[in-house]
Amino acid sequence: MRTRRITPWLFTGPALLALIFFLVYPSIETIRLSFFGKYGTSYVGFQNYIYAFTNQTMLTAFRNNALWVVLFTGLTVSLGLLFAVLLDRVRYEKVVKSIVFIPMAISMVGASTIWKFVYAFRPPGASQIGLLNAIVVALGGEPVGWLIERPWINNFCLIIVGIWIWTGFCMVILSAAYKNIPRQLMEAARIDGASEWQVFRKVIVPLLGPTIAVVTTTMVVFVLKIFDIVYVMTNGNYATEVIANRMYKEQFAFSHYGRAATIAVVLLILVVPMMLVNIRRFRRQREMR
Amino acid sequence: MMPSGFTRFFARTPLHVVLIGLAIVWLLPTVGLLITSLRPPADVAQTGWWTIFQHPFDFTQYSIRNYRSVIYEAGMGRAFLNSLIVSLPGTVLPVLLAAFAAFAFAWMDFPGRNVLFAIVVGLLVVPLQMTFIPVLSIFARIRIAGTFPAVWLAHTGYGLPLTVYLLHNFMAGLPRELFDSASIDGASTLQTFFRIILPLSVPAIASVVIFQFLWVWNDLLVALIYLGGASSVGPVTLRVANLVGSRGQNWELLTAAAFVSMALPLFVFFSLQRYFVRGILAGSVKG
Repeated sequence: MRTRRITPWLFTGPALLALIFFLVYPSIETIRLSFFGKYGTSYVGFQNYIYAFTNQTMLTAFRNNALWVVLFTGLTVSLGLLFAVLLDRVRYEKVVKSIVFIPMAISMVGASTIWKFVYAFRPPGASQIGLLNAIVVALGGEPVGWLIERPWINNFCLIIVGIWIWTGFCMVILSAAYKNIPRQLMEAARIDGASEWQVFRKVIVPLLGPTIAVVTTTMVVFVLKIFDIVYVMTNGNYATEVIANRMYKEQFAFSHYGRAATIAVVLLILVVPMMLVNIRRFRRQREMR
Repeated sequence: MMPSGFTRFFARTPLHVVLIGLAIVWLLPTVGLLITSLRPPADVAQTGWWTIFQHPFDFTQYSIRNYRSVIYEAGMGRAFLNSLIVSLPGTVLPVLLAAFAAFAFAWMDFPGRNVLFAIVVGLLVVPLQMTFIPVLSIFARIRIAGTFPAVWLAHTGYGLPLTVYLLHNFMAGLPRELFDSASIDGASTLQTFFRIILPLSVPAIASVVIFQFLWVWNDLLVALIYLGGASSVGPVTLRVANLVGSRGQNWELLTAAAFVSMALPLFVFFSLQRYFVRGILAGSVKG
């Protein structure tokens, strides 16, 4: 399109200025701050980074984020795949899909409240109003402090909340890809005597490979920055700390800007490679289309 | 040999059990929340929500009193209003700026266009955490920290990379002939934008608007940083998070408050499901 020379800049100017002010400049400033002390005035070299990788709570946060990456990603993607493939065979597909997708609409704060109630704990003998403990007690067990039992039970319970929210997302994307697979490919395998499991392993999974990869990297990028669920349900207590919540605490509870900035940079360093893989794949897919 | 309908049904029983079972697992937590929010405080404290099914049509066991108390006394009414005040400009501003920029990136020639666009998309990878300290200190200096304009501006900046990217992809797919005929008719660039591009981009804009609106409405972190934890201008997410901290055992209040915070997104979900799903899928890569 022919325009006057100034026109493109009038159209892009406001957006570019906002991006420079809110993303470009602050990121550079945060990298600079990560080499400075508590108030951002004295240069401290790599001291904040040494802190970030040796402090006990930070190490707990790293461990928990690793746990989130493995369990959250593994289960959202595989449950999403399960729903996508199995729901294709039944008539009530749409209803179940809506039910599984609903949690994507609500805030993680709302979802955390919902699940905190499911996990509600009262001492043995008292009547349990939390669904999970009521089931445990009805089966003859002792009530469990789901969000207090460290480090595996409570972290796992937090991760379940994330899975509950994000499985619907994986399901919708994988289902769209699944419905694009030509039916004849699966029929041919069945006629050749393949069992349903073999059809799944040898035909469906390989054909969905690129989509599974995109969904997986998207989930990893997302979960590395997980914050709301932990902030609302435990605030990182009882060994459930995660990186993003740690940064929030360093900035607001301890006002240590150097450390907070460092944790943000660490987060960036963790996220960027996954994101680059994702963008490259997106681009390749678009070229194929 | 074709299997008869009877054996077919039995062969498929495990499939139905798994799928319906999982659907129930997915639905139960929300059902429990809704039911609890409608029960009197004394009942909620004594028995589980599932006990209402012993006599589900005894309507004396339900009341909307919890909603009245969270809306008027626990500040959810004010918070709902705050969420609207935050979300509407927090959606309109970035989408408007992005539409102008996306149009220029898609259809105008100017030096540095490709590099600039690559940078805009590249900014998607930046975790918002990278920006909090410097932006907050500027907001504090110009005295807008803790006010609505602070979150409006922040959401505008944070929403732009994705909205520009998505709208650009859509606008770049429009046929070239549109622009040729528009320029033959003597339309100015601005006229072309408002009369041709925007109307044709409505489906894409609808998806982007829905995504950005839900993103802002459901956001906790950005509100927490720029409005502060205990703020009177806080949106529903902030208010519910505070209630979970301060009234942790009053489940009748927490459940009603959570439901108030979810009402609008659920309404959007059920009324605009198609655009909603498209918007969520498109927006999933957001930092």
